[in-house]
Amino acid sequence: MEWLQRHMPKMVLAPSFFAVLLFVYGFIAWTAYVSFTRSRLLPKYEIEGVIQYERLFESPRWEVAITNLAIFGILFIGIAMILGLLLAILLDQKIRTEGALRTIYLYPMALSFIVTGTAWKWILNPGLGIEAVVKDMGWESFEFDWLTDPDMAIYTVVIAGVWQSSGFVMALFLAGLRSVDEEIIRAAMVDGVSTARIYRSIIIPSMAPIFMSALIVLSHLAIKSFDLVIALTGGGPGYATDLPATYMYAMAFSRGDLGQAASSATVMMMVVVAIIVPYLYSELRTRRD
Amino acid sequence: MTDTSTQRTGDFKNALLRAGLYAMLILFALYYLMPLFVMLVTSLKSLDEIRTGSLLGLPRDVDFSAWGKAWSGACTGVQCEGLRPYFWNSVLIAVPAVLISTFLGAMNGYVISQWHFKGSNMIFALLLFGCFIPFQVILLPMAIMLGKMKIAGTISGLIFVHVIYGLGFTTLFFRNYYITIPVELVKAAKVDGAGFFRIFWSIFVPLSAPIVVVTVIWQFTQIWNDFLFGVSFSQAGTQPITVALNNIVNSTTGVKEYNVDMAAAIIAALPTLLVYVVAGKYFIRGLTAGSVKG
Amino acid sequence: MSKPILSIENLYKNYGATEVLKDINVAIQPGDFLVLVGPSGCGKSTLLNCIAGLEEVTAGAINIGARNMVGVPPKDRDIAMVFQSYALYPTMTVGKNITFGMKVRKVDAEVQARKLAEVSKLLQIEPLLNRKPGQLSGGQRQRVAMGRALVRDPQLFLFDEPLSNLDAKLRVEMRTEIKQLHTNLNASIVYVTHDQIEAMTLATQIVVMKDGIVQQIGTPAEIYNTPANMFVADFMGSPSMNLIPAQVESSDNGMQVHLERGSGERLTLRDTGTLQELGSAREVLIGLRPENITNPNGDAAQIAHCHVDVVEPAGSDTFISTKLGGKSITARMRADTKVTAGEGIDLAFDLSKASYFDPASGARLN
Repeated sequence: MEWLQRHMPKMVLAPSFFAVLLFVYGFIAWTAYVSFTRSRLLPKYEIEGVIQYERLFESPRWEVAITNLAIFGILFIGIAMILGLLLAILLDQKIRTEGALRTIYLYPMALSFIVTGTAWKWILNPGLGIEAVVKDMGWESFEFDWLTDPDMAIYTVVIAGVWQSSGFVMALFLAGLRSVDEEIIRAAMVDGVSTARIYRSIIIPSMAPIFMSALIVLSHLAIKSFDLVIALTGGGPGYATDLPATYMYAMAFSRGDLGQAASSATVMMMVVVAIIVPYLYSELRTRRD
Repeated sequence: MTDTSTQRTGDFKNALLRAGLYAMLILFALYYLMPLFVMLVTSLKSLDEIRTGSLLGLPRDVDFSAWGKAWSGACTGVQCEGLRPYFWNSVLIAVPAVLISTFLGAMNGYVISQWHFKGSNMIFALLLFGCFIPFQVILLPMAIMLGKMKIAGTISGLIFVHVIYGLGFTTLFFRNYYITIPVELVKAAKVDGAGFFRIFWSIFVPLSAPIVVVTVIWQFTQIWNDFLFGVSFSQAGTQPITVALNNIVNSTTGVKEYNVDMAAAIIAALPTLLVYVVAGKYFIRGLTAGSVKG
Repeated sequence: MSKPILSIENLYKNYGATEVLKDINVAIQPGDFLVLVGPSGCGKSTLLNCIAGLEEVTAGAINIGARNMVGVPPKDRDIAMVFQSYALYPTMTVGKNITFGMKVRKVDAEVQARKLAEVSKLLQIEPLLNRKPGQLSGGQRQRVAMGRALVRDPQLFLFDEPLSNLDAKLRVEMRTEIKQLHTNLNASIVYVTHDQIEAMTLATQIVVMKDGIVQQIGTPAEIYNTPANMFVADFMGSPSMNLIPAQVESSDNGMQVHLERGSGERLTLRDTGTLQELGSAREVLIGLRPENITNPNGDAAQIAHCHVDVVEPAGSDTFISTKLGGKSITARMRADTKVTAGEGIDLAFDLSKASYFDPASGARLN
């Protein structure tokens, strides 16, 4: 009985621990393993070397997916950060309706990416959406058919993604702006430093950790992007807006090419690990202090 | 004389800046509200009006028929039952998954923050890392495993998946919250004779209201809005509402009924939107938990 | 000799590879007030937690009331504990806080009510019984924490720096209350503090610790007057004991103590009391408390004219700093002593209570 009491904490944690061990790490290992086989419709378990990775990097569709990820990632993260920071700075100016405005800027995060994709798919509809509105206003020759243009479609994903996530960045930055020590700001004011300069030289530099957090979360969102693309463009036109996530899904469930699915998933995993692990390591270390 | 005039120009400049500030803020507010407005307005128009009218224009005659169709008549592939059955699927999936993952997260957070043992921090790190993986990397083995467990394509299967992969976040929330409770409280309770579960029930649970709210809101939002697990692990009858919505909007048969699409999107968004409006403060706290240092 | 209420034998505790407690041996009789004192990190709180059963020991025995308690959980050790942060259950009322332990042990409701009434009357917290800890002041919380301990009626009370979170004035008040409680109940208490004044005023026995090792065990008077080594000498007493490098040599009428005075001069004092076994000429450190360096009063004490560096009037005394043996030493003068910094003044040295320490090991020589 005493033994039970003493080991109770371990026993309570054990199920979650083993579950995560199997369903996260075990599964990752399985997927990585399969990425080295010739699995097609069904998984095979004989190792065949790196052939799946060779196929992957020779695949034009994967190349499009990776390129899209880079374009989307950089634009999405960059614009969301800038917009978020701008909004946070604006809101920090002792606005009377701050609460209401914050709610409005942030509500898109409460929506499913499917809903967001659906809405923006309609808004950017060539012929009936924004294009039509602008045309009606007089600019007859205005064209906005990015949604169906293979070269421009990926930018529509950026537009929708930024709309959804910039509020979150704003919330993060606003909290960060406000956590700066009041006394330092007061000292600067007494020293005669202008408001703009205070932001530039004191507040923003002290927010470095928040920038990191925002960067990590946005990168994570970008790499995982699947729902948004499916709803907005379905990966198209053709596979012009494919991202690694949609490539993987297509390989797994429509093309029956488990080897490709596994290798693309493993590559995604590696990218995330490269970003997240150093960040987590530094976080956990400082926390333990 | 000059003094007062510079004072007035100073005031004027300030007022101008202030006005400019508010103008920008309102402009952005419109940017964020526009899609919601468009969805609402489109859902209340007839197809004719959509084709001939303007995206941003108010409906000439308010028409609720799209809503009825979205709820009970739209086609999600072969069936044309609207969103209603899938709405309930999502409820059946979300409610148990939220409750179970929250409870487990609370117990885990309690152990990790108050009952250190060798390796408990390591386990926490492993759980935490699990939050960050791209789920693509577990889709295939999970699909196979669900089949072996005989819950493939079932509601239970989806609940199972959401609980497993929600554990990381819920544990994180509770652990970060419970760790602010001083260790001496548990010591005093031990001296008083209370054991592991007694301490949890009598001391920690009464303190947990704020974090439970944050966790429940966060989990509910994540699970209700999920698409990847839904589309990978469900079949025709057990799909959650996000999958059904996507099917309605992207169905290749028939005429595109934009008003129905928009109505369906709003229906799918309503639960989480409502939660956000009512308890948004806690939602934001959940979002920024662990992200802001200090 | 009655049986000790607490006896600790050859106790060792390691955290991984680090030895946190080394060979601790302490015993106290029923009714004793034992204070564990030392700087941060000396292991006193760890030792207390071991006695409570909140930490495991690596080797050795802890006997409470003649039973070896190693391996026994806290609730079965018949102890009660008061914590530095009071550790009151925040969501329970004061009354429920105090009776929680009894409730867990399934004590009869009537008995619970009676004991609660007794204890709240004793500590004068009756009007607070329905409030929550968040609504109480620091001193009130402290009393509730003590009430929770008292209601257990244990063999041993453990206090872990209970006054550290209070402001100075409240600390003095509560100190007196704790002392009164000890006298009235004849309770056996083990008390941890880093404040040596608390230790001196409350204890019947003091254990001075450093780096996990017991430096000295003794009554307050013993610790104060005959510290076992330099660390104890310096740590206990405020202002601290002056430790001055000196040379001693035996002579016909007692020992001669030579102290450097800067500019090459030497001050020679005579100690007739100390045994000459200190040996022939050697280097020592002589320990003199500030009150042993004071205004001349015509006695046979030895007098030297010293240059005053700093004057600190403290109300009831005036403290003067001067240099001797290359070190800054403090003398405690009468409050009405008229002197300013930079002047010279006559100081009388009373060596009857002097302690001598070996400069290398720090150990006491006399």
